[in-house]
Amino acid sequence: MIPLNWYLILAAALFLLGMLGFFLKKNIISLLLSVEIMLNAVNLTFVAFSSRNGQISGQIFVFFVLVVAAAEAAVGLALVIAMFRNRETLNVDRSNLLKW
Amino acid sequence: MIQILFMFFAAVALGAAINVLAQKHVLYSSLSLIVLLTSISALFVLLQAEFLAVINVIVYAGAIVVLFVFVIMLLNLPADEERTDRLRWLKLVGIPMGLFLLFMVGRTVWNVEGAANTPEIAGTAQAIGASLFTDYILPFELTSLLILIALMGAVVFAKKDL
Repeated sequence: MIPLNWYLILAAALFLLGMLGFFLKKNIISLLLSVEIMLNAVNLTFVAFSSRNGQISGQIFVFFVLVVAAAEAAVGLALVIAMFRNRETLNVDRSNLLKW
Repeated sequence: MIQILFMFFAAVALGAAINVLAQKHVLYSSLSLIVLLTSISALFVLLQAEFLAVINVIVYAGAIVVLFVFVIMLLNLPADEERTDRLRWLKLVGIPMGLFLLFMVGRTVWNVEGAANTPEIAGTAQAIGASLFTDYILPFELTSLLILIALMGAVVFAKKDL
């Protein structure tokens, strides 16, 4: 029997790693990969609580998170292609047209 | 035994996540993400969520990461990621705030009581499907709309002249 907080500590560590990557990386594809890490950490938390509380609802939420992640990856990568075609770079610091 | 399995897959997941961030080329990061996803799926199996474990591998490793790899190969990126260190002074704020966040999140998750793996539910396809098509039928139908919009959006953004 595994204590619940082992899962939560692992998920929190993964989420913080994803967040660290999101803030520190410059390549926009790395940013999208970091978002995927964070989504997976949240999925793990959902499934752990679903298992602890004996309810299936948490796993249904994971299902919807997967769907949204797929949609997000499709649209995000289309934006990456459009960005690379217009600017010849993927560095997010170079896309500063709207920045003061 | 199950604790050893948990420790093994948790270590693999953390190592893969660190490797995703440490690699210079995003192609290797994507491949490392597959390792992370597979070990997360193994942890789902330990939590008796077999259907989600399978779906996680099929949807994430089979579709999303393949999409990432396709785009990376299509763009033919240079290996070295150029460093543009703007806002250097924000480190002075960011590091204390990050440590504070680490402390608060760690304190919250450390004190949670209870054990996972209660045997009364199992995330089989039957249980998930029964719940999905009764209690969650409206979100499920709205999901199809979301996917349709994402499909059209991806085509519109990626098309050359539109």
